[in-house]
Amino acid sequence: MTSVALLRQITDYANRPDPYPLYAELRKTPVVRDEDGPYLVSTYWEIKSLLHDPRVSSDARNLTPEAARGTDLEQDPNLPPAFIRLDPPEHDRLRRLAMRPFGPPHTPRRVFDMHGELTEIVSGLIDALRDRDAIDLVDDFSYPFPVTVICRLLGVPREDEKHFHEWADTIAASLDPPGTDEERQAQQESLRQARGDLAAYLAGLVEERRRAPRDDMLSAMATDHGPDGQMSPVEIITTAALLLVAGHETTVNLITNGMLTLLRNPDVLQRLRSDPGLAVPLVEELLRFEPPVQMLPQRTTLADIDIAGTIIPKGAPLYLMVASGSRDPQRFTDPDRFIPDRTDNQHLGFGHGLHNCFGAPLARLEAQLALTELVRRLDAPRLVEDPPPYRRNAVLRGPRHLPLTVSGIRD
Amino acid sequence: MSVDGYLEAFRRSGSIVIVGASLAGLRAAEALRDEGFTGTLTMVGDEPHEPYDRPPLSKQVLLGKVPADHTALPRRRAVDAQWRLGTAATGLDLAGKRVSLADGDAVEYDRLLIATGVRARPWPHELEADLDGVFVLRTRDDAAQLHHRLKAGPHRVLVIGAGFTGSEIASACRERELPVTVAERGAAPLVGALGGVVGEVAAELQRAHGVDLRCGVQVTGLEGDSAGRVRRAHFSDGTAVEVEVVVVALGATRNTEWLADSGLGAGPRGIACDAGCRAFDVRGIVTDDVFVAGDVARSPHPLFGYQFLSLEHWGNAVAQAEIAAHNMVSASTDRLPHLWMPSFWSAQFGVNIKSVGVPPMADQILVTQGSLAEHRFTAAYGYQGRVIAAVTFDQAKWLDFYERQIEQAAPFPPEFPTVDRRPEGMRPVAAGFPDPSLPSHGPTVTLSGHSPTDRRVSFSPHRA
Amino acid sequence: MRLVVDLNRCQGYAQCAFLAPEVFTMHGDEALMYDPQADDRQRENVRRAADACPVKAITVEPEDAAAAGGKAGASRVG
Ligand SMILES: Cc1cc2nc3c(=O)[nH]c(=O)nc-3n(C[C@H](O)[C@H](O)[C@H](O)COP(=O)(O)OP(=O)(O)OC[C@H]3O[C@@H](n4cnc5c(N)ncnc54)[C@H](O)[C@@H]3O)c2cc1C
Ligand code: HEM
Ligand code: SF4
Repeated sequence: MTSVALLRQITDYANRPDPYPLYAELRKTPVVRDEDGPYLVSTYWEIKSLLHDPRVSSDARNLTPEAARGTDLEQDPNLPPAFIRLDPPEHDRLRRLAMRPFGPPHTPRRVFDMHGELTEIVSGLIDALRDRDAIDLVDDFSYPFPVTVICRLLGVPREDEKHFHEWADTIAASLDPPGTDEERQAQQESLRQARGDLAAYLAGLVEERRRAPRDDMLSAMATDHGPDGQMSPVEIITTAALLLVAGHETTVNLITNGMLTLLRNPDVLQRLRSDPGLAVPLVEELLRFEPPVQMLPQRTTLADIDIAGTIIPKGAPLYLMVASGSRDPQRFTDPDRFIPDRTDNQHLGFGHGLHNCFGAPLARLEAQLALTELVRRLDAPRLVEDPPPYRRNAVLRGPRHLPLTVSGIRD
Repeated sequence: MSVDGYLEAFRRSGSIVIVGASLAGLRAAEALRDEGFTGTLTMVGDEPHEPYDRPPLSKQVLLGKVPADHTALPRRRAVDAQWRLGTAATGLDLAGKRVSLADGDAVEYDRLLIATGVRARPWPHELEADLDGVFVLRTRDDAAQLHHRLKAGPHRVLVIGAGFTGSEIASACRERELPVTVAERGAAPLVGALGGVVGEVAAELQRAHGVDLRCGVQVTGLEGDSAGRVRRAHFSDGTAVEVEVVVVALGATRNTEWLADSGLGAGPRGIACDAGCRAFDVRGIVTDDVFVAGDVARSPHPLFGYQFLSLEHWGNAVAQAEIAAHNMVSASTDRLPHLWMPSFWSAQFGVNIKSVGVPPMADQILVTQGSLAEHRFTAAYGYQGRVIAAVTFDQAKWLDFYERQIEQAAPFPPEFPTVDRRPEGMRPVAAGFPDPSLPSHGPTVTLSGHSPTDRRVSFSPHRA
Repeated sequence: MRLVVDLNRCQGYAQCAFLAPEVFTMHGDEALMYDPQADDRQRENVRRAADACPVKAITVEPEDAAAAGGKAGASRVG
């Protein structure tokens, strides 16, 4: 098999349930140029070194013009890029500003103190499954959970949460481009609509919170004055939208992949049931073994970079295949085994370096709580089909549905 | 007995003595047990405390966040040792393989590890040093006493010497809202460790936090009141300040006096050892059974021209202890060189300062990312056209990259653009280290001499 | 419980300060300060923090190694 065809195969929907053998193939050449242009990096140490390399940019404006064409699907053309798509110093300034109301050093307890609220949301979602013997874990649980959490975090009033669920749906669907041109066009149209509505809604809410602040992130972003000054209204909107997009689909997939992996490993499921503390390393292992973000396709180079015997030319698109890196046998022993209490586990599931996941502590708590509660309360859960139907998206990879049967819901 | 047989018997039931029961000593003990050494292990330490961690002493402890006696080091594993704490080693008989102790006892060893570290250099005038209110900071007890005094709210603290420890003490004082004067003989704080360009940033940080920073001056005398309490300090520029607390932070002296007549090559600059941690004797011949690790050691580093580096760094103590332990119980062909990349950190005035490599070797510096004025930057140091070190202020995530650059002897100045290269990052400037022929206290790395022998290490970067 | 952070490894990702805020605090944007002898009730939080640290910089004393020696004089302990 030529490595040139590998990216096509990885993105080929038929391989969605199990891309890992393709990654193994890819790792035979740590850095390879795909026929469509991007350079694919698939081995752990090379990926890690590029994530810490100051010659690597996340800003699409640094791509060569040919390479830039058609990359910016997720980016709203009417808004400036959010910090995930910016380089320092802008990235650092905006990330610090966004961190102020979210975490240390300024607000060290916000996420920690959400423990109770997260537990309540999880319990509520599971309670609603009583009297059911068939559930779809995605639609019934994994999907609504993170959107609710982000709404609470930002301070979206409960009665408006339903709009967020709709916008999140539409945006998530656009990450899964359908086959025909007409469908694609229709989807682009609804995406534009959803983005516009989301931005308009946020603008209104920010204004409201500026006038009457509460204890939530939007209020803090709207009123806070720190060493970096204040976020502009547009910056608040792009940042809030980023939190919604970056924190949604990813968390859905982590929880769903988690349940799927547990059902495939009943002994581990049993262990988690009797020892909830296992959730902590288990979630780390999931982030290594079935990571929600399979690759980082948004990087480019500011200079020619000589790595693993290949020169990646300046301005070339760079795909960092993090899911492959996290299964690199040069780094992890038994990489293809799911070992829930693995100790040497510096996976790449949340990225690394300056763009490392902003919401990681929250995502960890969400997944730890969700999986512990699901295994505790679902009585005799069984997979209805294996593999389940996957989303089309090869970057944010995860099941579209996870149909389960259960004998009941425990208290 | 064959060599292999000897090693096996030694590993099973030999005896190892470690002198110096602190960071390096403890980590070596753990590593010995991890390596499968099951013989007798004796830990000799002159402090009465079990091994504790020093870096928090000038940070969390002085801030009152952590009591001084809450700094004991976690054990990575049980070490099953004979502990002789509160007992100093007073002599070494190399031929008899015996360490004599202050209590009159002696312990015999098959192999010995010396990890006696350094102690704070006291104020040179003894009478002034004895004044009530004059402190140094090296031990847990020093920190407890100093913290106790700071808590009482002295009207002014004087810190003599603006190296890392002195700067951290000044930072803690300011955070406690105590008025503080810092006297530094050099042109700026941290100048010995990081050079004048970065030293200027450190000076700005101090002044921005309200430190009365006086550079280019020396303290000429400390004056006490009738009760023997320090009350005034005099400077070489003719000025004086009223002070209630003085902290002398003039660097360290190596704890090697107990080895004076032993025949080991031990002196004021430490104990020289090869890259495998074996000590040299006075003739310059490497010993077989005596190993060294931590602050007291000087060892050659292939990456830095085989210069003998003494690194008073936490990470060096840990890494060298592990290598020494491994080599103590391994056959010569299985021994490993200590090739640790020098690294340290310091937290002061809310800024995380980190460095890799050996900045004082550099002749030039270039700010490759960020900006000095914002106090957030990454700077690379160059020596004869290659990258030799790097420092970050609140940009630690980039340091790995520069560590690779040093390992690969990458060209300096770096030609490539970076994500945050500013106009000031376009041209290298002189790094601004004080002329080494002038006396200077406590540079973190001292450079001296070349290794005559050990050229067997294969790790030698070359450049076209 | 005793712990130590290898601050050479630490890159200021602050995961620990999120997950065990009583034990780990950020001092400024990047400098970490922590309680080397945290209350035993923090064990669960500290474990979360140690497992989450992206560079595995946090060493927590295992419960069975805790029987450590500390008295002056000769003794045979941990
Ligand atoms: C206040 C302070 C802050 C620091 N901050 C940092 C920092 O931020 N970053 C960093 O990288 N490093 C820092 N360091 C340095 C770091 O603590 C040292 O590098 C480390 O302690 C070295 O360990 P060691 O075991 O080699 O020596 P030491 O810790 O000095 O231990 C040597 C031990 O041997 C004992 N001893 C000496 N002579 C004898 C004898 N004859 N018989 C028996 N015992 C003897 C000593 O009393 C001592 O207990 C700091 C040090 C201090 C004091
Ligand atoms: C399991 C869940 C999650 C996974 C696997 C995940 C993964 C990632 C990854 C791999 C990156 C790096 C992107 C890059 O390097 O380009 C990232 C960045 C980011 N994530 Fe997450 N994420 C998750 C949950 C969340 C949550 C819940 C939030 C918000 C609350 C969030 C907010 C962000 C943001 C804002 C960034 C950009 C950071 C930056 O550019 O500095 N993520 N995430
Ligand atoms: S999580 Fe790890 S890297 Fe981050 S601040 Fe804590 S110790 Fe440092």
